[in-house]
Order: sequence, then structure tokens, then C-alpha cells
Amino acid sequence: MSTRIVEELLAERRCTAGDLIEVLQDLQEAEGYISEGSMAEISERLEIPLIEVSRVAHFYEAFSLEPQGRHLITVCMGTACHVRGAPRMLDEVSGQLGIEPGETTEDGLFTMVRVNCLGACALGPVVVVDGVYHDHMSPGKLRKLIQSIRREDQRAAGKHTDA
Amino acid sequence: MPRIQGLQDLEALRQRLLGSSAKQKQTLVLCCGTGCQASGCGKVLTAFRREIERRGMADQLSIRVTGCHGFCEQGPLAVLEPSGIFYCHLKPEDVPEIVAETVRSGRVVERLLYVDPASGERIQREAAIPFYRRQERILLDQNRRISPTSLDDYLAAGGYTALASVLGERSPEEVIEEIRASGLRGRGGGGFPTGRKWAACRAAPGEPKYVICNADEGDPGAYMDRSLLEGNPFAVIEGMTIGAYAIGARKGYIYVRNEYPLALAHAEKAVRCSEQAGLLGSGILGTDLDFSIRIARGAGAFVAGESTALMAAIEGRVSEPRPKDVHTVEDGLWNRPTNLNNVETWANVPHIINRGAAWFASKGSEHSKGTKIFALTGRVQNTGLVEVPMGTTLRQIVYDIGGGANNGSAVKAVQTGGPSGGCLPVERFDLPVDFETLAEAGSMVGSGGMVVMDERTCMVDVARYFLEFLQDESCGKCVPCRVGIGRMLEIVTAICQGKGEPKHLDLLEELAETVAETSLCALGKTAPNPVISTLRYFRDEYEAHIREKRCPAGVCRALITYRIDPERCTGCGACLKACPHGAVSGEKKELHAIDAETCTRCGICAEVCRFEAVVLE
Repeated sequence: MSTRIVEELLAERRCTAGDLIEVLQDLQEAEGYISEGSMAEISERLEIPLIEVSRVAHFYEAFSLEPQGRHLITVCMGTACHVRGAPRMLDEVSGQLGIEPGETTEDGLFTMVRVNCLGACALGPVVVVDGVYHDHMSPGKLRKLIQSIRREDQRAAGKHTDA
Repeated sequence: MPRIQGLQDLEALRQRLLGSSAKQKQTLVLCCGTGCQASGCGKVLTAFRREIERRGMADQLSIRVTGCHGFCEQGPLAVLEPSGIFYCHLKPEDVPEIVAETVRSGRVVERLLYVDPASGERIQREAAIPFYRRQERILLDQNRRISPTSLDDYLAAGGYTALASVLGERSPEEVIEEIRASGLRGRGGGGFPTGRKWAACRAAPGEPKYVICNADEGDPGAYMDRSLLEGNPFAVIEGMTIGAYAIGARKGYIYVRNEYPLALAHAEKAVRCSEQAGLLGSGILGTDLDFSIRIARGAGAFVAGESTALMAAIEGRVSEPRPKDVHTVEDGLWNRPTNLNNVETWANVPHIINRGAAWFASKGSEHSKGTKIFALTGRVQNTGLVEVPMGTTLRQIVYDIGGGANNGSAVKAVQTGGPSGGCLPVERFDLPVDFETLAEAGSMVGSGGMVVMDERTCMVDVARYFLEFLQDESCGKCVPCRVGIGRMLEIVTAICQGKGEPKHLDLLEELAETVAETSLCALGKTAPNPVISTLRYFRDEYEAHIREKRCPAGVCRALITYRIDPERCTGCGACLKACPHGAVSGEKKELHAIDAETCTRCGICAEVCRFEAVVLE
């Protein structure tokens, strides 16, 4: 599967070494992670040693090397959020879901990551769920949010099996 | 937009745009920056559009969706022009009332006005709000006048007059001289004189030359660059084009942080618009200036804010810095002369060209000219972006504009300059904020983050926080930074856990000195600043952790416990429900208890208890 996507991503490029980060970014967006197979392929097509591709993929935070959960919870740990209680948000998520930052729940539903700053400092603590920003978070609000996503997902899954 | 053929064409277009906007009706200016989007401006916007359509009022009210106004805590917020009436914390259900009352009949909806926390008064007009009134907004002011990706708006607001005047009547050398004479210094943290950098890059041999806009705003707690690029991308592009003309560069890059999706989208759109209008590309405004801009998307690395590391990232490599004995103005991107400036620096350029070096130099302190945008955040009443002349005191910023601490506590310190900066105590708040003064006091202006801290902030924990951040973000290339920060973190963590020893403080100071002196790039060189400054001003807090095994602010988890006061507990069960770790037990309407073994001291129980029955010890 990744072969086809890598093919498509490279189709409209000149495929020079300078494109490496951009290609990886597009792949991350398309697939949700960078697999070893696609790294090998990119290495071949861009004529960059595999070790270098792997190094870049490991170095930058935007790249995930494992498949991510269906829902991504991003907890901002910037200074402004930190002094307003962001560590408690991490606590809440790991307490609720049993995962640490960077991990995915066993059912594949949630992935949690921490980020250094989202630049929405006036609204801290900030938690982003699937691209939607939630401001002035509290552990209670976060718990309800997670529960509602769960319910939503179960409902969708229910519909799916009905059909 | 059709291509603008020449300078006269540009002016004619501007007059046409001004003419059409002159007969405008009322305008509702709605902030839709990242902050207001987080607080729900999208729904408010939809409600306004629907209401205007429902009442058929399109000829009476237009909407301008703008970038960040800077008063993010009050969002979603809107200003009605021309009256200047300011409404905050808007909800979609407020919209029909605003349209019926204010737009139709000119009556103010009192309950939506801003309440000044100091006086308790409701304030009608934006200009009268102390947060805005005490600022001098030159860059930020444009944010609310234009829709970020509308070239028409930017032109009508006087955009591209600076580039036109440069191309029409000034040589590159004259432009550089103007910038040099203005005293503009790099806004990204370095404070290097911009004019000198440009001159050096112009003089450097080698072709092609590059200009770069550093929008990799990595300092946590700083977001002025996001707001500028997101709210007024054309100003940055115009500044870069003027710079390219002065330096002799034909290609530019805007390196945008991965975490800023809106800024990225707006910058991309503005570049496309400018290309179509002939303001980027070949033969700009009918002259022989060729200049194009590419947007490079960051992939998430704090160290990429360092100039050589950023250039490595644009080249598609791991963003590791290199020694700078040969400067990037001579040997930069792809080993060519490269001039890199920060977003705010570039955004200042058109203003300096338009109003002159003397105007710019008349603002600020002796060696730091112009205005600077600060991101005032943390435990302060009015959080948001604050633009003031350099040399304004910390007291004016934190108290007069920021309104002091929130929730009735007392301000203890302000952290400036992000992970490279330091913490300054309240006793030093009369210091003027400029490059030299803050550096002497052990902190730095940096990119302009100002995080206010109060009694509930533990300064040892703050030092630990920054060390942890920097250890994560150290690229690992040089030993002092990679290993030294790690060792410092171990020590400070031990202190936070109550395992600190008196000899640790001397050891910390020694390590700090070594890391600062021997690291390769600015990340490592400035990494000890948070430790050094907290040791200098808050040594008593370190001592309390070490000698008394006590965290005065009640933050360090190993040194605190939570217990339930039997006198106050009503057995309501709120804490039991809230505890994410299942550490609270008790029957309904009976006394509850916290199991010390399972408890992680997150304090969530204390936050939800309405009877103050959860006691921190």
C-alpha cells in the first residue's frame, strides 16, 4: 500500500535530496506514519542512503514511526500552559486511557502526544483533539471530551455493523 | 487579480480600492486568529453571516475577518467600525441582538462590553480599554485593518507603498543605509543590527544570494510571529522583497513552524496572490527586479530556529547547527550568502521605509529602537500580545497593560526570553525592557515571550521544566549541550524530589558555566540561563527544597500530599469521580479518603472540591 502512495507523492517532484523532508511530511499526512518500507523506497528514489532517511524521520517531531490511533490528542506543554496546570492534562489523559505521551491505546482509538507550544498561550491550558483547539481546559472538561469521542465512535461503529 | 504593470498602475489601483471602500457602510471586524478560533469565532462568524442574510442587511453591514488582534483571552471578539464599539466573549446567540440593537439602532449591548478588572467599569470603545490604550501598536494595528489574505485590503491600507518608493527612487545602498540608521535590530532574539547584516550580505561574494524569513517560532510562550504571519502575511512579503532588492537576492524562503497551520496557509495564499499580481516573480512592478518566495514547512525541531540549523532543514537535512566562524551572510543556504531575519524584523521594514529612519529611531531606548511585540501570558489578568516601545518597564507591561496577577494572587516573577531567558523577580520590575538591560539582569528579550508567575509557581520546577525542554530539543551534536543539560536536569529533578543536597547548588553553578561557555550554538550557550537566574533571585526556594524538603509553592509532587479534611468533607463524591487514578475512596455522603500510594499528587481532586475539603500539605 505504501508503495503506491510513495509513487504518487513522488510523481510530481524532481526527486532531489532536498525534497526529503517535504516528501516525508506528505507521507505522514497521507498515511499517519512513516513505515520502514516507505523509508527504503524513498531512499532509493531520492538516492539518499537509508540511514540518512531514517535519521531525518527520527529527528523531527512531526514524524511518527508507528501507526497512530484514530483520534489524536495533543496536549500543549508550553510555558504558559505549564504554569496554568498543563501537567494535570497529561495526568488526566494517561489516567483515563492508560497511555503515556507518544503511545496509542490498545484498541487503536487514541494516540496522545505532547507538544512544546501551539502559540495559543493566552488560552492555556490548550488541548487539541483531531485538529480542533480546546481552550482553558480542565481535567473535568477533558474527561468529558474523551468520553464523548468514545461514545461518538461507538455509535459510528454500531451504525457500521448495522449496515 | 490582474498583474500590476508598474508603479503608477499600483497607485491607481490603490486609489480605486480606497474609493470603493469610502462609501462603505458599517463594518464588523471579527478576529479569527488561532486564539479566537480556539474559543469559537467560527460559529460566531456563521451566525453573523446568517443574520445579515436573514434580515437582508448586506448593504448596511459588511464583515471583515481578520487575523489576531492580540487580546486573545477576551475572544471571540469583534469591533464595529466606524464607532469602535468592542464586544468580547461572543457567542452565536448574541449575534441577533448585536445586529438589531447596535448595527440597526446604534444602541450598545451593555452585557457584551469589556469589564475592566481594575475599576469594574464596562468600557465601550476598543481604544479606551487600558490593555490597548497603553500600547503603541504599529505592527499589530494593521492586523485588524485587513483580511489576512486579501491583497486589496493590504493595498488599501497603504501596502506596497514602501516597495514602490524603493524601486522608484532609491538605490540598494540607500535602502540599507535607511535600515541601518533606523537602529532596527533582529527581533528573533539575537538583537543583531539588521542594516549591518544586510550590508554584509550584499558585500559577500557569490551568487545566487538568498533571504530567509524565520517563522520557526519555537520559544514556548511566544506567539507574536504566528500572529503577524497569520494576520498580515503581505507585510512580511513586502519586507522581504525590499530586503532582496537591497541585498541582491533573487530567491527567498519563509520557514514556517509545523505547529502553525493557519500561518502556513495564509503565507502560502499571500505568496500566490503576490505572484499573480506581479509583486513577486520576474519583473516586479514593471522593473527589472526578480524575486520569488518559497514556503518551507518545518517538521518540528526547536533547534531549527537557530540560523544554520534552519538552513540545514531547508536543504532537507537534519537541522543541526554548525560553528559560525564563517557567518551565514557569506556562507549560508547551499553555501551561498544568505540573509536571515525573523518575521517581526521583516514586518518592520515597510514601516521604516515609509516613515523614515528618524521616525523609527525616535522610539525606544538608547540602543534598542522601535517597538517590540511581547506575548504576555501565564498568571496575569490580561493575556495577549502587547506592542510597546523598547525601554518600557516590566512594571508597565505586567501591571498597567497586563493588569497584574489573576485570581487575586501576587505576581512573583516574569520569565522572559523563553528557554534561553531567565526569571526576573518583582523587585526588578522597574527595569526597562531592552536588549542590554535584560541581558545584564540575567535574562534576555529573546523573541518576546513574557510568562507571568505568581505564588503558585515553583521556581525550581520552572528551572526543571526548561531543562527538560532543552534536553529534549538538544540536537545532540556537541557534548556540553547534550550531556551537560542532562546532568543539570538530573540534579534539579533530584532537588524537586526532595533528594537534593547542599553541595548540589555549587555543582549546578559550575555545570551552568561550562555548558554556557563551551556549547556550539545559542541553544546550549543560553540553556543554563533559567537555572542561573532562578538561583540568583530565588535561591531561598532551592534551599527550602533541599534543607526543609518543602516546596513553598506546593507544586513539586514528591514534597506535597493531599488529604481530605474530615470537618469539611460532605461526601459529595466529586473528587472520587474526578480522580483519574482511582485514588479516592468513600461511600456517598460519608467521609472520603485519599490513598497516598495510588495518588500521583496531580491536584485534580482539590480543583473540583467545592467545599475546600482537599488540603494540600
